[in-house]
Amino acid sequence: MTDAIIEYRGISKHFSGIRALENVDFACSAGSIHGILGENGAGKSTLIKIMSGVLQPDAGEIRLEGRPVAFASPRAAGDAGIICMFQELSLIPDLTVADNLSISDPPRRLGLIDRRAQKARAEKLLARVRCEDVDPNALVRELSLSRRQMIEIAKALGRDPKVLILDEATSALTARDVQTVYDLLADLKSKGVASLFISHRMHEVDALCDTLSVFRNGRHIETFAKGAKNGREIVKLMIGRDVEAQFPPRPPARPEAREDRPLLQVSGLTWEDRLNGIDLSVRRGEIVGLGGLDGQGQKELLLALFGVLEQVGGEIAIAGQSGGPASPAAAKSGRTRMALVPEDRKTEGLMLGMSIADNLLAACQARISRGPFIDPQRARQAVADGIAKLQIKVGSPQDAVMTLSGGNQQKVVIAKWLMIDPDIILLNDPTRGIDVGTKQEIYRLMRDLADAGKAILFYSSDYAELIGCCDRVAVLYGGRVVSEQSGDGITEESLVAASLNIDPRAA
Amino acid sequence: MSGKFLTRWLQQNLGFAAAILLLVVLYLVYNILHPRGFSSAVAIQNSNEAVAIVFVAMAQTLPVLLGGLDLSVGAVMTLTNCIASELLHGSPAQILLGMIVTLLSGTAFGLMNGCIVVYGRIQPIIATLATGAIAIGLALLVRPKPGGDVDEDLSWALTNAVADFAETYGIADDGQAWWLSPFADIPVPVILVVIVAALVWIPFRRSVTGRTVYAIGSAEGSAYMSGLPINRAKIAAFTLGGLLAACGGLYLAIQTSSGNADIQQAGAYTLNSIAAVVLGGTSLLGGSGGAIGSLVGALILRVISFYFRILDIDPLLQPLIEGVVLLTAVSFGAFRTLRVKNKLDLFR
Repeated sequence: MTDAIIEYRGISKHFSGIRALENVDFACSAGSIHGILGENGAGKSTLIKIMSGVLQPDAGEIRLEGRPVAFASPRAAGDAGIICMFQELSLIPDLTVADNLSISDPPRRLGLIDRRAQKARAEKLLARVRCEDVDPNALVRELSLSRRQMIEIAKALGRDPKVLILDEATSALTARDVQTVYDLLADLKSKGVASLFISHRMHEVDALCDTLSVFRNGRHIETFAKGAKNGREIVKLMIGRDVEAQFPPRPPARPEAREDRPLLQVSGLTWEDRLNGIDLSVRRGEIVGLGGLDGQGQKELLLALFGVLEQVGGEIAIAGQSGGPASPAAAKSGRTRMALVPEDRKTEGLMLGMSIADNLLAACQARISRGPFIDPQRARQAVADGIAKLQIKVGSPQDAVMTLSGGNQQKVVIAKWLMIDPDIILLNDPTRGIDVGTKQEIYRLMRDLADAGKAILFYSSDYAELIGCCDRVAVLYGGRVVSEQSGDGITEESLVAASLNIDPRAA
Repeated sequence: MSGKFLTRWLQQNLGFAAAILLLVVLYLVYNILHPRGFSSAVAIQNSNEAVAIVFVAMAQTLPVLLGGLDLSVGAVMTLTNCIASELLHGSPAQILLGMIVTLLSGTAFGLMNGCIVVYGRIQPIIATLATGAIAIGLALLVRPKPGGDVDEDLSWALTNAVADFAETYGIADDGQAWWLSPFADIPVPVILVVIVAALVWIPFRRSVTGRTVYAIGSAEGSAYMSGLPINRAKIAAFTLGGLLAACGGLYLAIQTSSGNADIQQAGAYTLNSIAAVVLGGTSLLGGSGGAIGSLVGALILRVISFYFRILDIDPLLQPLIEGVVLLTAVSFGAFRTLRVKNKLDLFR
């Protein structure tokens, strides 16, 4: 390829004997949007970390616009025009939006940062990503996750990239923001910028990219133009085997039996200005989805049920008993046990520096103890069971949990909660940013748990998951349930219409 | 618009605003109770006693913003105090050179702290515990016994009102010039603190290095990923801390006309500096706050101790009462947790 802006020649990278990239040749052309596909652990993140100066290759050569380059740090790569937006946001929570947007090279006067120029620059960049509603003087910690992702994108745009790398950059965005990002990338493409787009959402990759590259086990498998292969062929390339149906079959809707008293019944739930009277019920054996645009109260609802929020109004009844748990500790140890797989596995789901075993046992200490002491025999057994049940790929259970890939980390979170044998399972976007294979395992596990009589409440930002997994879906809008759909009545059209609070009959 | 700006500022700087309010109330009541309250003489005496801790608290702020602690600030102040007590005499040029050497030695000590933390990859708290002991050791070598020789004119001029300063050095018609009269009664130490804050802290706050210090304390990984100069900022923070601690040591020498390698004093200053930083609204987790807040925090600590004199309280009770006041003041910061309705916010 002659018009390659960035080119890898025979790049290899190993981590303590484990191969992350093996002899990779890869090129990306100017003025293209290049999708990188592969399961977690396929080498995608190593590929971009090398490109952006976070890691140095063990062997091989990188060429930027035909010249060999070596980046010692993210700063060096940034100065050369390679800007990366990482999945873990690179924003500074205690600084303002304006500070963050100009963090690497703020406008200066007499050597000092010119706040007025910086604010004007921030307003311009915010307008470009259609986030005029964000105050440049707000602290980043005050913003929601989806706003932060947009700020991150604005920050990258402000650095005039030649190569822009988006690593799961749209994972928390609302539909409107995703459209904004599409428009921006199309605009950059026309200006000759190369964008590398990494996402686990196939339909996004499909809608956006002109070229696709598939990675598997640290090797570059194939690069082809979009449309040259269909979805099934691509997935086959990614996992190297045929895929079965993505979602396990949904059992036929059961007629409402008399003994089917809801295990979880919520009526008129309110909290602050986020929840405005939620009515919902979940029975044993049922997977109920929470749909709607990001930030309509879904996360707050799950937190309220789990006893995290104070001063929740309305009524929660569990197994017919009135009153919700006062804290997570109460929620997991009541007569009807509850588990919550939280939104952010890195801060709320796991203790990253502690071992896999300690993380797995974190919620069920009481069940493996004799008196005040943990029984090592039972602990070992419980850890082995948990790892086997979810097929977590671990070297040793004593390794720190942060050494695992994202998908395996999420499995640890889920396995941890299954150890308390919960009756009600609350899931907050459990498949965010994890690979296709693990997603499918989680779908199947959810169905198995439901069949075993658990009640599951499942929030997902991906419509396809709600359609494929749920018996019923409650769509939230402005802190209320605006629509409830069940069985084959759950379609993409009906979900989107309800999310936007449009009456489907009128539309 | 300005109302909205004020609200936002208050939200983001609640601790600092509360500290200022507390200081104003405490100092007003103090002056009302004092038999010679609201006089220049009282202000001069108070400000003299506050300068050293103010500088040391400002010095402590920088490592705290990084998310660390500097246990050597009191010792560096003591070391520079002893150096200054040896050098501040002779011709004006010699005195000036002595001041510069004093400040440079503190700065160099801070630079050393920074290099140890960055290149030795040692946590600040343990690195500075060790270097603090080294600083005290050096101070004892410089001045085994308390004492010293500090120019009397200098001492007089810098520890009194502006008019006295002008009179000592024969400028502005010996302090009688009409244009000096609006400032004549302002204590010189107040002006020194304002000058250092304006010339050292404010430019630092608005530099890329200064912003990087906040960024490191807030989210070091993000700062690295954003390509910020992390090592430079850490070294700069400790170096600047050394300079500010040296300002404290220099002033202490001028104020007391002597140097004293007092180990207990060094320890007390270090601990009080941490208290002042927290009182001033800087988070011990790093990333938010500032040296002006610590300045206010240090003044609050000092004003509390002034009360003992005028209220005739048994000096033996002083540590007890100071401890209770500090705990009460810091507890106000915990009130925010009562308003938190999402318990997860408590851990952020």
